[in-house]
Parts: sequence; C-alpha cells; structure tokens
Amino acid sequence: MALKGIDIFKLTPKTNCKDCGQPTCMAFAMKVAQGTVQIEQCPHMSPEALDALGEATAPPMKSFKVGAGGEEYALGGETVLFRHEKTFVSKPLFAVSTSPDEIDATIIGVCKIDYERISERMCVELVYIEYAGDKVAFAEAAKKAAAANRTLVLATSDADAAKEALAVAAEGKPILNGANPSNFEAFAALATEHGVALGVTADDLDSLHDTVQAIEKAGVKDILIDVGAASIKDAFAKAVQVRRAALKSGDRSLGYPSIVNVAALAPGDAHMQTALASVFILKYGSVIVMDGMSYAQALPLYGLRQNIFTDPQKPMTVEVGVYPINGADQNSICALTVDFALTYFIISGEIERSGVPVNLLIPDAGGYSVLTAWAAGKLSAGSIAKFIKEADIESKIQNRNLLIPGKVAVLKGELEENLPDWNIVVAPNEAVSLVKFLKELEC
Amino acid sequence: MAFKKDPQVFGAKITEVAFGADGASAVFGGGNTLPLYSFDAETRHRPLVGIEFSDKGPDRSLPGLAEFYEGADSLTDVAARACMAQGADFVSLVLESADPNGDDIPSEDAAALAKEAAKAAAGSGKPIVIQGTGNVDKDQELIPKIAEALQGMSALLLSAKEENYKGIAVAAVTAYGQKIGAESSVDINLAKQLNVLIAQMGIQPADYVMNLGTAAAGYGFEYIASTIERVKLAALSQNDDALQMPVITPVALDAWSVKEAVVSEEDFPEWGPREERGVQMEISTAAAALAAGSDAVILRHPASVKTVSELVTALV
Repeated sequence: MALKGIDIFKLTPKTNCKDCGQPTCMAFAMKVAQGTVQIEQCPHMSPEALDALGEATAPPMKSFKVGAGGEEYALGGETVLFRHEKTFVSKPLFAVSTSPDEIDATIIGVCKIDYERISERMCVELVYIEYAGDKVAFAEAAKKAAAANRTLVLATSDADAAKEALAVAAEGKPILNGANPSNFEAFAALATEHGVALGVTADDLDSLHDTVQAIEKAGVKDILIDVGAASIKDAFAKAVQVRRAALKSGDRSLGYPSIVNVAALAPGDAHMQTALASVFILKYGSVIVMDGMSYAQALPLYGLRQNIFTDPQKPMTVEVGVYPINGADQNSICALTVDFALTYFIISGEIERSGVPVNLLIPDAGGYSVLTAWAAGKLSAGSIAKFIKEADIESKIQNRNLLIPGKVAVLKGELEENLPDWNIVVAPNEAVSLVKFLKELEC
Repeated sequence: MAFKKDPQVFGAKITEVAFGADGASAVFGGGNTLPLYSFDAETRHRPLVGIEFSDKGPDRSLPGLAEFYEGADSLTDVAARACMAQGADFVSLVLESADPNGDDIPSEDAAALAKEAAKAAAGSGKPIVIQGTGNVDKDQELIPKIAEALQGMSALLLSAKEENYKGIAVAAVTAYGQKIGAESSVDINLAKQLNVLIAQMGIQPADYVMNLGTAAAGYGFEYIASTIERVKLAALSQNDDALQMPVITPVALDAWSVKEAVVSEEDFPEWGPREERGVQMEISTAAAALAAGSDAVILRHPASVKTVSELVTALV
C-alpha cells in the first residue's frame, strides 16, 4: 500500500544534507511518496529503513524484461485498471504458437509480418513452442527460433524437457511457461538457475495464488500468470480478477503480467482469435498467443494495441513532410493538414478513397487537431509558408494549388499574401465531404 | 493465503431499453457490473449484435458478401436475408442514398425505403435500427419522416445530435413512439449534456440510447475506448443517471472505410484478400468496443456477426 510522505520522512536521517538532490528530507519524502524519486537516491538510509520502505513502496505490479539484445521487451508495471486514469505502460506482446514439427514454417510466417506504423515496429515478438513429447526436437526448435531473432516462450510442464531446451536457449532470456501446483518446485529451480521468467497456471484462483506464493518463496522474481484454456469465460474472468486484485486490492502475489493463449481458447478459428486478442488488449493480456498472424489480423490488432497503449497525455503524431497519395507526382495538387496522427489518418484515408492523386503536406502543428492547432498558434499562415519554404516544396512540386482545411478558411487571405504563387483552395469542414469535393475539384 | 474474491457489483445499473414490435424485439442494458464481467454477477441482458445493410444493396464485389446475399435483389429480400445471419439480434438499415454528399434522395422516398426494410425485418422476427445520413440538416427532416412511416414498430432511429435533437426527439419518440440514439462525438461531457437536453424534452430514459462515437481499430480507437469506459464508470460507480443509457456502437462504416479494408489486393498483394481484411477489422473493432463497455454493436459482414455473437455467448 502506498505510504504517505510523512511516514517516509520519519525513516529518513532528517539531516537535510541535500545529498539526494532535494532541498530537505521532507521534500525528498514527498517526492518518494509521489513516486517521482526513488528511495535509493538517499545514500544515508539505514538498511532497516530501506527494507521497510522497499516493501511499502514497491509497485503493485512487478515489471521485468524478457528477451535479450535487440529483442528485449518490458512486461508488467501497470498501475491503473483503465487507461484514462493514467496510462498503460507495457504493451501486450504477440506470440505465435507452434510445435517442433512446424517450427520452420512458423518462423517463415512470423517473419513476414514486420512493418512500421507511426514510428513503432509491428511484428510478432515471441514464438511460443509447445513441447510434443520429443525433448531433442523441442530443444532443436528452440535453437531455430532463437536464430530467427525472436524471443521464445518454452511451453511445457515436463521439467526434463524444459531443462534441455533451457540448456540451449536460456541466453535469449525466454519465458518458461509450464509451472503448476504439482511441478512448481522443479520449475522454480530451473527458472532461478537460468534466470528466466516463469509462467504459472492453475485451475482456480485459490490454487494459483498459493502456487505463485510458493514460487516467490523459492526465489523466482519474474513470474507470469497463465490464465489457462479451460474456457473463454474462465480465461477472461481470471485475467480481470488477477489484475484487479493486484491493482485495486493490493494483492502483490497476483501483481504479475499474464499469458493468454487465444490459440488454445479458439483452436483453428482465426476470426475468434482476433476477437479474443482485441478483448485482451483492453483487458489485461500481457502475452497474447495466437495460432498464426496474417496481415488481415495484424493490421487491426497492432493498430488497436498502439491506440490503447498511447499515453493519454501525449498525442500521437506523424512525421512532418510530403505524403504522395494515389500515385501523386510533382504535377498533382497539394493538400495540407496537421501532424496529429488521427487527423492524418482520416484525411489520408478519405483522399485514398477519392482516387485523386494528392500530395498531402504535413507541417509541424504540435500534434494538435486542426482547430486546436490554429487556436494555439501552431497552424498559421506564417507557419505554413515557412514549412513550404523549409521543406522545399516549390522545387519538389510544380503544381501550385494548395487545399487548406475548411476549419481554417480564415487563413486564406493571409496565405495568398505569404505564398503569392499559389492558388489557395478552401476544402470542406468535415473529412466526410472530401471524397466528393476532390472528385469535383477542377484545378 | 487463499485468493480473496472481491466481486464488483454496483448499486446503480444501466437502464433497460427495449425496441422492436411484438415478436420482433430486443432488450439491452440492465447490467450492474462492468461490461462482460459475468463473474461478478449474472449479466442481465447480453450485449446485442446487429447486421447492417445499405438501401443501395450489399457490396457484391466481395465474394463472401455476394454469396450471402445471392438472389436477394429488392430491399425486402436483402432485409429478410440479413435477418438470417447467424448470431444477429437485430438488423440495421443504412439510408446511404439519402446522403446529401451522395444521391440525396428526398426524405419521403427514404422513409418509404425504411418502411419496406422494417416490414421485411419484422416479418422475419427481427427488430430494426435505422441509420440516417449523419448530416444534421438532412436527418432533422428525414428521421421524423421515418418515425411517421414506421409508426407502431418501435424502431431505434440513429441519430439525434446536439444540433437537431429537438425536432427528432419530439417527432420520433413523443409523436410516434420510436426509440432514438443520442449521438455525441467521443466526449463524456458532451454525451451527458445531450442526454440532459433530451431528458428536458420529456423523453424517458427507456426511450433513448447513446452513440458515443466510432472509430476503427488503429484510428484513434483509444478515445472511443476511454470515453465508453468513463461513461460506464460514471453510470455505475457514481450513479450518474444522465449517463446510464445503454451504448450502441455502429462499427461497420468506420471499419470498412479505413485503408486496411479499402485498398485492393493488386495494390497490396502481401495483405491478402480485401474481404478478409474488412472482416478482421470489423471483428477487432467490435470486440474492443464490447470490452470497453458497448451494449450493442452493428457490423456489416455475416462472418463478423457470427464471430462477435459467439464471443458474447462465450463471455456472458
């Protein structure tokens, strides 16, 4: 439970030595209580005080990393149940489920999905290898997936199989998923020995809770809770109740990221897997395991994930520049809007639907929508003219027609003064009218 | 130490709204838990899934959709066929040809089309939701005409907005006994304000629902999700009766308009067939809207309707 600043202050040396960078011990204690400063910043805390505080100020949900090198991913660390309360911090990772027999085909399929959307790499981060009875093949498959630069989830409840696979794959910091109430001792030992995260499952929340506590006691720090595949209803109930117990009721033993195996919940049904993955993106899935990942699934799922895991305080922006649409070239008309990602997507989508070649110009408008940017002085005749000069539009594009958003029609006169060579055209107020407008436009 | 179960059941609940005529009706709302949290308490009414069709007919360039609607040429046939979609709780007519940015047919003609579709739906045992054009001026004229044409059918008419709710509320609900959707643009305060204004017209809570706005997955959906979540939390945990109406989210138009569902396979060969992309976009968006707390979603493709309905069945 969160401590008050005054409680923390009582444990400080109260010398106001400023070694922590804060003016007084009281100021330091207040910052620690807010979570903006770490308690370790004070070099004079007694070990007893640190222990007491460490317990009390530990976050409600553990955060840790899986994978190694360039393929390292953060999990956990959430502090809120709803993104509007603050922000979600660790986006769910997608895994594709496979067996040692299918590993080659799976790797080829997984590597096909790898693209960028609004400055974020979209790919299948994890390969989920299920043990099928042959230990050597299991270890071999682990090696192959690691060679393809994918982080692994080793899924087996057989400790011997896990041992063989870890012997060849532990270096890549995989997740070992397979602990349960009957085998957890051996699995806890393996996870500690190899320093990997451990996935644990159990039929009901009571035994899950007990097993996690036993694993913690055995020294495992990085734990994931597999919500199981008994039924869709049961998996969703577990995912929500586990997260709620951790964040709302302060039950630290459930303060761990989750594994949701939608491939096992809806075998062979790609549509249902998309539906489930979408639900679990919003509601508390940390590792989402799918049968496969096609572009048709990746496009909505990664887009949704990117949306839900944006910081509500920071708007998503697209890069400043010229975006030719529908094969626009130097003779095609120009249209201008703001760099707020949502606006960009709506406008570019409507232009695409119109089929009319347009050079879409995106100046720096502070990541605001059109009217807000205009009101904040981030989108003005001056800033637009400056952008056109700096981005060297006039030498890149010969066409001198510039469409501006209807909502800033007021800029037309001033723009004509600033850009005397250009014909400024006021586009409609609403994006929905753009298709018709562009089709009928004669420039 | 055992797990401490802490079910979250609220004293407040979402208003129950029923629409449709005898033998062809549906009810939504009524819940006193967060959406889909059937482990906290039994779900009163499961979220509804609707299938929409345009008065201009289905997009027959999509092979699956063309097959589903094969032989259904008149609006009556299309509506009756939509009623057969597996998992559809209701059907929804989109009056595409009334759009001032399109064919802009007169409101009288559009109302006649609405009547034709509503009759066919009622004949097949399904209630109907009519979607207007979204243009405030046109809808202000159109929706009262539809309300009149559909007298006695208790249809759900979308949407009344801040600019045109007065005429629509009085004509549709007070004069002709229809239900209406109050549409605001992705903001809890705007939603509440519109609900209060509609209540001030004497409209009862059981006579209207909310459309809090729509977006496809990847296109600002975080605003939709957070708005729905905030509305549900206010309705349930703060007992805010101006936000307790059920939420309906028509996802089809947005899902089928984004680049992912529009561009051809020739232009983007690695993306695969367009129809499958549209279906997946629709499923993902609808599932996310339901997870955020929508009480009803409207989809276009029978394959999406089937999956999303199965999802609801599996969860509640």
